[in-house]
Amino acid sequence: MLSTLLLDAATNGANIGIGYGLGAVGAGLAAVGAGLGIGRIGGSALESIARQPEVAGDIRSNMILAAALVEGAAFFAMVIGLLAILTK
Amino acid sequence: MMKISKLSLILILTFLAFTVAFSISNHAQEAQPSNLPASHEMQAESTSTESTKPAEKLNAGKVIMEHIADSHGWHLWGHTEIPLPVIIYSKERGLVTFMSSEFKHGHMAYEGFKLEEGKVVAVNETAPVPAEETSVNEEITAGMFDISITKNVMSLFISIGLMLLIFTNVAGAYTRKRKGLAPTGLQNAIEPIILFVRDEVIKPGIGEKKFEKYVPYLLTVFFFIWISNLMGLIPVFPGGANLTGNIAVTMTLAIFTFIIVSVSANKGYWLHIFAMPGVPKPILILLTPIEILGVFLRPFVLMIRLFANITAGHIIGLAFFCLIFIFGENGTGIGLAVSPLSLVFTVFMTTLELLVAFLQAYVFTMLSAVYIGAAVEEPHHEKH
Repeated sequence: MLSTLLLDAATNGANIGIGYGLGAVGAGLAAVGAGLGIGRIGGSALESIARQPEVAGDIRSNMILAAALVEGAAFFAMVIGLLAILTK
Repeated sequence: MMKISKLSLILILTFLAFTVAFSISNHAQEAQPSNLPASHEMQAESTSTESTKPAEKLNAGKVIMEHIADSHGWHLWGHTEIPLPVIIYSKERGLVTFMSSEFKHGHMAYEGFKLEEGKVVAVNETAPVPAEETSVNEEITAGMFDISITKNVMSLFISIGLMLLIFTNVAGAYTRKRKGLAPTGLQNAIEPIILFVRDEVIKPGIGEKKFEKYVPYLLTVFFFIWISNLMGLIPVFPGGANLTGNIAVTMTLAIFTFIIVSVSANKGYWLHIFAMPGVPKPILILLTPIEILGVFLRPFVLMIRLFANITAGHIIGLAFFCLIFIFGENGTGIGLAVSPLSLVFTVFMTTLELLVAFLQAYVFTMLSAVYIGAAVEEPHHEKH
C-alpha cells in the first residue's frame, strides 16, 4: 500500500514531486547529523572544563573550531537538499 | 509587584507600536500600491505585491529568493530602487552600458537587452519595446559577458571603502598622528582585534618563525568577511546585500587561500601528499588519491561553509519575517497575533547571526592559517 502511495506521489504530484519532498528530508537529516556531532563536542568540552577550569579558554577555541568543521559537513548536505528543490 | 523602569516601558511601547503599525499596513496594502513603512527595528524586506492586481497571493519562496540573489538595481522600498550600471560586452554588439532604470523594473527592453528573472538576456529587437513583445536571442546571451555593477558588486565596493577608511585611519594613528602614544578612539577599538587574530589565530596556526609574511592576507580576509557579513545584516542601504552569501565571492576567497597555500608550500608538503613517508606501498596507492582530493576539497569546503552559513541565516530571518504576511493573508487578526512572535524570533535570529558573522570570519581565517601552516611546516625528523 505504501508503494502505491509513493508511486502516485511520484507520477501525479507534478507540482509537489517526490524530489522536493526528499530534498527537504535530506536537509532535515543533515540537521540531525549536525546536532549529534556538535552535541558530543559541546558535551566533552563541558566535561573537560569541569575537570580543569584553568584551560577553559583553550578548550573553548578548540570546541568552536571543531563545531565549525562539523557544521561544514552538515551544510554540504543542506546545499544538496537546496539544489534538489531549486533546480527544475 | 515587578518594578518596570521608565526606559523599559518606553521600549516595550515602541516595540508594540511598530508591531501594530506593521500588521495594519499589511492589511491596508491590499487595496493600494505597496509602500510599507521601513521600520528599522525589523528586517524591512518589503513584499513584492504588484500594485496593479488586488491582493496578489504572496509567494514567500520567491520573495525570499529575490532578496538572497543578486540584482541589477538596489531596491530600497516599495517601487523605489537605486539604479545601477548595466555593462555588457558581446562580440556582436560590443560594449553596451546603461543604467538599470531603463529596464523599468523588467517591463521594457533596452538596446537589445531585457531583464528575465533578474538576469540580463539579449533580445532580437534593439529599439525600446515592452519586454513581453521581445524574443530572446540565445546566441548572443550565451556568448556575452555581463560585467555590470550589480548590487553585490556595489556592496563589495562599499565594504572595500569601509575597510580602507577604517584601516588607513588606524595605520595613520601608528605612523603619523599619534606615534608612540597610547591608542585612543578607533585605533583603540581595532588594535585588540588585530592582536587577537595575530596572536591567537595566525601565530599558533603557522608557527612562530614564518607567520609574519601571511599576516596581511589573513587579517584582510578576516575583516573583509566580518564586515561584509555585518553589512548583510543591516536591512537598509548601504547594508542589506548578500555579499558573502554569493558563492562566487566565497569561491574567490577560497581560491586565494588555495593559491597562497600552493605557492608557499615547501617540498615536504608535496611529499606528504604524493608519497607520504613511512607508509607501505599498497596503502600508498590508496592514500595518494585521497590526499590529492583533499588538496582541492579543503578550499571547496571553506567556500561552501561560508556561503551556506550566511545564506541560511538570511533565509531564516526572511522566512520568519514573511510569516507575518503569510498569516496576514488568511486574516488580519491572525497576522496581528503572529507579528510580535515573528518579531521576537527575527530579532533572536539576527542576534545569532551577529555571532555567526564573527564566527565564520574567525573560522575561515583560522583554517586558512592552519592550511598555510601545514604547507610551510618544517619537516620533523621522524624515526620509523
